Amino acid sequence: MRDVAIVSYAQTPYVASETKRNEVEMLMPVLSEAVDKSGIPRREIGFTCSGSTDYLAGQSFSFVAAVDAIGAWPPICESHVEMDGAWAFYEAWIKIQCGEADSALVFSFGRASMGDLPSVLTLQLDPYVLQPLHPDAISLAALQARALLDAGLGSEREWAEVAARCRRDAKDNPDALVKGDVDVEALLAEPNVVSPLREHTLPPVTDGAAAMVIAAGDVARKVCEKPVWVRGLDHRVDPHSPGLRDLTLAPSAKLAGEKAGAASKPLDLAELHTPFAPQEGILRRALALGDDVRINPSGGPLAANPMMVAGLARLGEAARQLWTGKGERALAHATQGPCLQQNLVCILEVA
Amino acid sequence: MSEEQKTVKAIDGPTRLEYRYSPGRASTRFLRGMEQKKILGQKCVGCGRVYVPPRGACARCGLPTEEEVEVQDTGTIVTFTIVRVPSQNIEIELPYCAASILLDGADIPFTALLRDVPVETVRLGMRVQGVWKPDAELGPSFDNIDHFTALDEPDVPFEKFQEHL
Repeated sequence: MRDVAIVSYAQTPYVASETKRNEVEMLMPVLSEAVDKSGIPRREIGFTCSGSTDYLAGQSFSFVAAVDAIGAWPPICESHVEMDGAWAFYEAWIKIQCGEADSALVFSFGRASMGDLPSVLTLQLDPYVLQPLHPDAISLAALQARALLDAGLGSEREWAEVAARCRRDAKDNPDALVKGDVDVEALLAEPNVVSPLREHTLPPVTDGAAAMVIAAGDVARKVCEKPVWVRGLDHRVDPHSPGLRDLTLAPSAKLAGEKAGAASKPLDLAELHTPFAPQEGILRRALALGDDVRINPSGGPLAANPMMVAGLARLGEAARQLWTGKGERALAHATQGPCLQQNLVCILEVA
Repeated sequence: MSEEQKTVKAIDGPTRLEYRYSPGRASTRFLRGMEQKKILGQKCVGCGRVYVPPRGACARCGLPTEEEVEVQDTGTIVTFTIVRVPSQNIEIELPYCAASILLDGADIPFTALLRDVPVETVRLGMRVQGVWKPDAELGPSFDNIDHFTALDEPDVPFEKFQEHL
């Protein structure tokens, strides 16, 4: 295996609705910042990979338009995944492992506010028997939350405490959207949106973009004072149909965590892609994270959940924590699909 | 085979999603210009190419196109195709010409409808001009130019536009 490290990361401030700039206009400053910070000249970056979905903009091939932001001339080696940017990161890592590139630019973007996101996400479900029932993303998460309550694996108070902690931690993150000190009792007094989920357990609809440069060992050591090394990376998938799963568990997250070597040494922090507050408990158990591991010090997806970006942002936020001396070993997690169906785990170290 | 055992080969899955699309800074400037019959391109801060319509970035350089440049509604056909096959939702009488037109002052062509010209006479380098909708029908839309038609001017030699295909 080749050593690969994150050498730079940039993201937009996350907003509820980006109406002034289109995707390309949103991306250009972020790409420039990530490339400039990397110390690798743009033309020398060996591979570029993006993650996004056309369903957010409601325009087919809108991801191709985003290539305008890269400056792909002379022609570059480029790819796209219809997935969160964390999977673009995975493809770039593979490309470097295969020796086809020594560095890569990874980016993702989305303006989820232009459509009705919970309904848009319905289209990721099986089109034959589930999609026609049109269960939106919040309703499916509510089924999962109900299953947790019934199994005694969570409580509404626990979820409110998770939300309060995330908003408190987000005060230190200039890019976060939902932040501040909130009273748990006040959160518990909110009405249900979809029982048993209240507003504070839901991810804020968020627009934004993020970009990252990763590089193989020698290049990373040359350009970066403190490379954040990828020590383990794996992603796994549970059955597509939520009806085939025990929604209180995330076996694919557990397996990805094991394959990535999460437990081989103590972790200082974990950035978990938990769009819904009840999912934090599921992932804590699946990834065997003890109480000494700080969860989502950036504020996490409850503070900003840019669709298709939030997973890549977990990697970026974890790297930022390590760059600023908040720890030496971090776990970054990304998810896609309904109810934590697909999970990616990455172990990052600065030592 | 009984009725029940027949293989299902297709199902209907009606889906409707509504979007509130916002076009961004560059396209907004362009569309506001169209309302006033002005064609506003944008110039790349790096290579100087003028994009019409602008999307805010130079696809070659990956840099913002910040300087606004008004271009003419006259231009040159840099490539074209004659459409002879009917398509769903297109109600233009066949055959018709879809032309790639480089406006005077722009560096990037776009595709538009050419009308009132016998299709067998269409050629590369042909000079054309936009035909605008009546003022009362103008809105923030590229459709304000209803179509293009031929200008009575000498053809532009290929060498003059070969960099702009």
